[in-house]
Amino acid sequence: METFFQLLISGIAQGCVYGLVALGFVLIYKATEMVNFAQGDMMMLGAFFTITLINDLNWEYFPAIIAAILAMGVVGLFLERVLFRRMIGESPFAVLMVTIGLGYVLRSVAGMIWGHNPLSIETPYTDIRLHFGTVVLPAADVVVVAATVVLCALTYLFFRYTRFGVAMQATSQNQLAAYYAGIPVKRVVAASWALAAAIAAIAGILLIPLKSAYPEVGLVLGIKAFAAAIVGGFGSLPGAMIGGLVIGLVEIFTKYGIDGRVGFSVSDTSVYVLILVMLIVRPSGIFTSTQRKKV
Amino acid sequence: MKVAEPLLEVKNIETYYGLIAGIRGVSLEVRGGSIVTILGANGAGKTTVLKTISGAMTPEKGSVCYAGKDITGRDPDRITRLGIAHVPEGREVFPFLSTEENLKMGAFTRKNSTVNLELDRIFEYFPLLREQRKLPAGFLSGGQQQMLAIGRALMLRPQLMLLDEPSLGLSPKLVHATAEIIKSINQDQGVTVLLVEQNAQMALEIAHFGYILENGRVVLEDSTSRLSKATDVQEFYLGKKASSVRGKRRWKQRKTWR
Ligand SMILES: Nc1ncnc2c1ncn2[C@@H]1O[C@H](COP(=O)(O)OP(=O)(O)O)[C@@H](O)[C@H]1O
Ligand SMILES: [Mg+2]
Repeated sequence: METFFQLLISGIAQGCVYGLVALGFVLIYKATEMVNFAQGDMMMLGAFFTITLINDLNWEYFPAIIAAILAMGVVGLFLERVLFRRMIGESPFAVLMVTIGLGYVLRSVAGMIWGHNPLSIETPYTDIRLHFGTVVLPAADVVVVAATVVLCALTYLFFRYTRFGVAMQATSQNQLAAYYAGIPVKRVVAASWALAAAIAAIAGILLIPLKSAYPEVGLVLGIKAFAAAIVGGFGSLPGAMIGGLVIGLVEIFTKYGIDGRVGFSVSDTSVYVLILVMLIVRPSGIFTSTQRKKV
Repeated sequence: MKVAEPLLEVKNIETYYGLIAGIRGVSLEVRGGSIVTILGANGAGKTTVLKTISGAMTPEKGSVCYAGKDITGRDPDRITRLGIAHVPEGREVFPFLSTEENLKMGAFTRKNSTVNLELDRIFEYFPLLREQRKLPAGFLSGGQQQMLAIGRALMLRPQLMLLDEPSLGLSPKLVHATAEIIKSINQDQGVTVLLVEQNAQMALEIAHFGYILENGRVVLEDSTSRLSKATDVQEFYLGKKASSVRGKRRWKQRKTWR
């Protein structure tokens, strides 16, 4: 039973990271109808920013993660400005190639700067274990879950109650009407990129203690997060989070079984099987918005 | 006598959809405080004219001047900020936002303090919307969505309102109500209106001046009182029968402006 809870929390923690990266996919898709396959690599970049600030520049943990998140926001703005603004109206295939290309560039640049050995950092919660009765949980997992819950709540409040957040929703629902309402659509789109990149950075920061960072860490993770977004309907932010949790749990329990004895050892495969099944059975995802978006 | 500058002056605009010409050289003027209508059959280019004015499309040639400023090719949100509210055809609302949030988005460009006052004013115009204020706009009926789109444009406190076929698909009773609202917006709020319609009867009744568009060109322009009397307009846009003498020669009848 204890093992079950440990697996559960670690599946949820991993699922949160998938969900956060999936959130980035969906944010950008809703704002621009582009699918950014470099989303996982942006997460990797955020992780390396943090590592450099802490290990090489000797920053404290909290200032370092805030700086890394902000820096990635700026990277998101920069990419939108120099790359993706030009891609508006291009074919989805062209956009796909550009984002895949961007992923390659980010990975090779990261390889040149940070090398190919996994790097990690000391976090305030490294090696701490939390005891809940007989269940012992690594703090790293619990922190990921708690941080994700807080982040989701903040995101919800932002989109629901701030003027700019509602304007972002409006823009994704009907871009033409948003323009006519005087909403600065280009700024909204830029903000979506910044937000997606900042959230990717948060995912990266949370991931380091779980997996450590290396240039390719975002590649496979990005594919799984993409799967999470598909499971969630690719248009719904809560759907993306839930999709992430589904993927994380499926992955861990197919790897270890319910009780920790080795299951089918098909962990990675199971995720891809899940994507295939989803695409065949419910191509529109579990949480599909009922109305087609107007552009 | 010095003639006042028109609020909106469109000069010879040509706008294309790829290689297809939407309009081929349209000029028109809208004087401040008036209601001007553009009439024309489906595909004549009416929507394209409005889209070019509000910046959703950039003309290949020609210019759009508003209050003496050249605004040709500016982004539509910047043009909106100047006080031009475009109510596009097809009841464009934000389907998952509530009625009230939809309206508030119309005031996005303004400071918050007056928004609630404005909201009350809109609800007085459209009491039905007040009842549905918490409902997502996607659930409103077609007529209500049209009212919402007009209400959202009014939230901007515009100087000039571009209305694209507001009566399309509405019941005769609602068409009448819409006409009354447009008149009141013009008279009571002092909003200048450029109204595109296929319902020529309604448009000629409330507008002061009219342009008739055909195949992307203006073929006739005059005050609406004279337009309503022109036989061609009566025949082709108001559906009235021509006199019996001409009726016999119907097979070779031509519109005189061609
Ligand atoms: N999206 C489009 N793509 C290609 N051609 C278009 C498009 N929209 C309109 N057109 C063409 O432009 C012309 C004018 O259209 P429009 O301005 O919509 O006319 P109206 O509003 O008077 O019905 C039409 O002949 C139509 O074929
Ligand atoms: Mg039209």
